[in-house]
Amino acid sequence: MADKLVMDLVTPYRKVLSVEVDEITATGALGEFGVLPGHAPFLTSLKIGELSYKQGNSVDHLALNWGYFEVEDDKVTILVETAELADEIDLVRARAALSRAEEAMKKLLPEDKEFRIHELALERALIRVQVAGKAVRR
Amino acid sequence: MANLKSIKKRIVSVKSTRQITKAMKMVAAAKLRRAQDNVVAARPYARKLREVMERLAQSQESDPHPLMVRRDTSPRALIVLVTSDRGLCGGFNANISKAAERFILEHRDDYSQVTITTIGRKGYDFLKNRQKMGQNYAGVISKPTYQAAALIAREVIQGFIAEEYDDVFLFYNAFRSVMSQDITCEQLLPISAPEMSEEAESGVQYIYEPTKGELLGELLPKSIEVAIFKAMLESVASEHGARMTAMDSASKNATEMIGKLTLIYNRARQAAITTELTEIISGAESIKG
Repeated sequence: MADKLVMDLVTPYRKVLSVEVDEITATGALGEFGVLPGHAPFLTSLKIGELSYKQGNSVDHLALNWGYFEVEDDKVTILVETAELADEIDLVRARAALSRAEEAMKKLLPEDKEFRIHELALERALIRVQVAGKAVRR
Repeated sequence: MANLKSIKKRIVSVKSTRQITKAMKMVAAAKLRRAQDNVVAARPYARKLREVMERLAQSQESDPHPLMVRRDTSPRALIVLVTSDRGLCGGFNANISKAAERFILEHRDDYSQVTITTIGRKGYDFLKNRQKMGQNYAGVISKPTYQAAALIAREVIQGFIAEEYDDVFLFYNAFRSVMSQDITCEQLLPISAPEMSEEAESGVQYIYEPTKGELLGELLPKSIEVAIFKAMLESVASEHGARMTAMDSASKNATEMIGKLTLIYNRARQAAITTELTEIISGAESIKG
């Protein structure tokens, strides 16, 4: 059993990361989960959420938007539509998106078609703000 | 004398044309490099997605997903044609549009109706008076984004589910090299189960979360999005390659033409001088005489 996980993170635009890590935490369709080396083969879909991985003592965070997560033989493949590293996030923009989505949702009823769109935008913005905050503290 | 002047004018005009074609070639070359990088960058995602799909399709669920169902009754087809928004790129758009037309002609007996959806303005302009046209997505191809591809994919899938058509084909120019593009036709829908690779058949039991069916249900539309996105990227790279080649030969032709015109101009100039000389000499002769 290897004591490291090899993590590949790809989006349609580029290969974001390809690193060796000790531990990964992500938000799956059924809630948050963690993966350590030696994990059983596993496939899940990811929700809009946060992904963090540990290398030695440092922990890095990413904001993800919808994708897949696969583990096999200590190889982790993550397919996502967008992935932003904590220090790549434009906090001002994320905050603006957050308040914009909030405003829009106030005017709409939950039955409206657009409500869901804004709700998703809100979720994405929230995660961005949350992840960006962690980068600052580090 | 008027002749000399008009030739001179021609030369100047061809020269300025050459300048433009040269500039366009340079621009296309720069854009091509970026487009090529995008194609390469998108590959890992497409490959990984396919791997995941293979794994999921491995043990087929008892009732197939709606996107995998083959319908046989009086089939109608949809062609998604990827062209460019701008011209001046040789036979790039005409070739792919003609390929789509040929496809329709060849499958006249198989399909009761074929609709064409175009991405890019040129394909639409080419076919609008001849074929039954569906939606036209203009303005997305110059800067292909995943969002645009996802939007198109969603609409295609909606139509398929609503049984507006039973087969969907994707036509695009695949990028082979700067000089050549491959006209490619892929069947988008219904999705056929991918061939199982040896590797995927390992006996290890996977944990799926949520269930396998649900995962597949999410993954299949995704694969359509990726296919369209990939086609758009390939097409853009091909377009710039085609434009570069076309502009290169246009510049060459212009240079050749300038050479020919210069020759004609010089001959005409010489002839004019000769005539003038003869006139002067014969004039002087007559005075002497």
